Amino acid sequence: MRKLYITLKYLFIGLWSMFVVAPFLWALSTSFKDFNSVTGGATYIPWVDFEPSLEGWKVLLRSPAQGGVNIVEPYFNSIAVTCLASFISIFLGTLAAYALSRFTFKASFIKNSDITFFFISQRIMPPIVLSIPFFIMLGKLGLLDSMLGLIMVYVVLLMPIAVWIMVDFFNKVPKEIDETALIDGCNPYQAFYKVVLPNSIPGLIVAGMFCMIFGWTDFFFAFILTFTEVQLLPVAIVALNSSITPWWSLSASALVSVAPLIVVAFIVERYLSKGNLSGALK
Amino acid sequence: MNFKHKYLFLLPGLLVLIGILIFPVGFTVRLSMSSWDSFFPGLDYVGLENYFRIFQEDSRFWEAFGRLSFLSVTTVTLQYVLGFALALMVWKDIAFKRFFRVLFLIPMMTTPVIMTVIWKTFFHESLGPVNDFLNIFGWNPLWLSSEILSKITVIIVEVWQWTPFMFLLLLAGLLSLPKEPYLAASIDGAGPYRTFIYVTFPLMAPISIGAIIIRLIEASKIMDTVYVLTSGGPGTATETSSFYIFIKGLREFQFGYSAALSFTYLIIMIISLTIIAKVLVRLMIRDN
Repeated sequence: MRKLYITLKYLFIGLWSMFVVAPFLWALSTSFKDFNSVTGGATYIPWVDFEPSLEGWKVLLRSPAQGGVNIVEPYFNSIAVTCLASFISIFLGTLAAYALSRFTFKASFIKNSDITFFFISQRIMPPIVLSIPFFIMLGKLGLLDSMLGLIMVYVVLLMPIAVWIMVDFFNKVPKEIDETALIDGCNPYQAFYKVVLPNSIPGLIVAGMFCMIFGWTDFFFAFILTFTEVQLLPVAIVALNSSITPWWSLSASALVSVAPLIVVAFIVERYLSKGNLSGALK
Repeated sequence: MNFKHKYLFLLPGLLVLIGILIFPVGFTVRLSMSSWDSFFPGLDYVGLENYFRIFQEDSRFWEAFGRLSFLSVTTVTLQYVLGFALALMVWKDIAFKRFFRVLFLIPMMTTPVIMTVIWKTFFHESLGPVNDFLNIFGWNPLWLSSEILSKITVIIVEVWQWTPFMFLLLLAGLLSLPKEPYLAASIDGAGPYRTFIYVTFPLMAPISIGAIIIRLIEASKIMDTVYVLTSGGPGTATETSSFYIFIKGLREFQFGYSAALSFTYLIIMIISLTIIAKVLVRLMIRDN
């Protein structure tokens, strides 16, 4: 019975791992193909099934004038926008979450949980709803196709996540910690900054990770709100797609775009394994 | 603790959010009461006409909403079951625990719109590896152009992309569970199955509800996957609400009408999410 269970468990894990890895392996293989090896039917192993070519990877570094797409600049744009927007969201979101977790707000029928729901409900809106008014608003402010404009929009997208995770987290940090600090003569800001925050690093890491993932992987807003000046990575990659779908360069770029976040996955796993994340999420 | 400081904590975030959103939201409300389209651009006032049109004439919107409900409930259920199973499996000691934990997280880190292009080639009906493999058995399923299979393909891609989200939330929850209930259960001689039913599952209920609700919110916005994979097709077989709003707004340029659609959608979502949250709490948390 026990043996059967363990066999099934490893079978399930094995199958799921294959499911997770399959599209990546396919992308890796496809990235070394050229037009002929793609249209001839499915092939898998370079040299055996098809003659490998580096075309897919070279396109990523060539300038648009030479029929490529230079992804270096979009790459750094993406990193800059994602990091800045995540930082602002975490900063403001953490402050708000602390207030919502520690103090009581009451104005007629509005209570703490309603304010928290207000933050989270910003994510219910499909991006398409907001894209048109955002386009008009940024146009009026002269911020279309600029980093500042994108960061503003991303802060709206990311702050709800930060608030959601941090409220749960602060609810788990005992109140006695801040009370002791206040008795010891800290003002509330010092109590927050010197005592509560250092105890909340795991929560900040999870919140930061989610913000970065959602910022990094957004396509829609970047697509609508920027054109040429500030191109983000997903937009630059999708722009590769012309009348002939270039399977090879799309595959290569898919692999390139996931790389930085795999580093994030390792960091998160590290905290998870140490048990430091215990209580980071409700 | 009672002081004005509490507002200094709350207000910066709240005001930034409201400040950025007040124009877009206000503008959408106003837009929904106009007949702005590509022929007569301009903010005229037609009252609630657009809303009447949704409720009286637009069966396509309601069909799209029905499809969305089906897709999001199915995907989120699958993600929850699979994510929970995976989290339980790598929770305790197994070989290569850390490797599997990182591996299971990775799909979430990919950009949906790019990864879906890869999936599209993966499920390509004549050039993709899936049908290449199934051809051995003489099958050639139309993953992207059959009414039923295209829905399944969308579900597969969504499950691949977002199961890690559930997995991470549930694993973090499992790792923070207290030890005492398990001691008590083992003293009472409960087997692994009963321990799960009576100890693990109830303890995980609050996390589960939070994770399910957040996933439902996100899954309902499904757009990138549908757009790249099937463009809502074949016909309208995979057309969801947000894709339909997208078609009305940015393809047919009926801005006024699409704004009204968005608000109807938003209100339905808020109501149904509140009900779902209440039902889940009823079902999963028993008072004892």
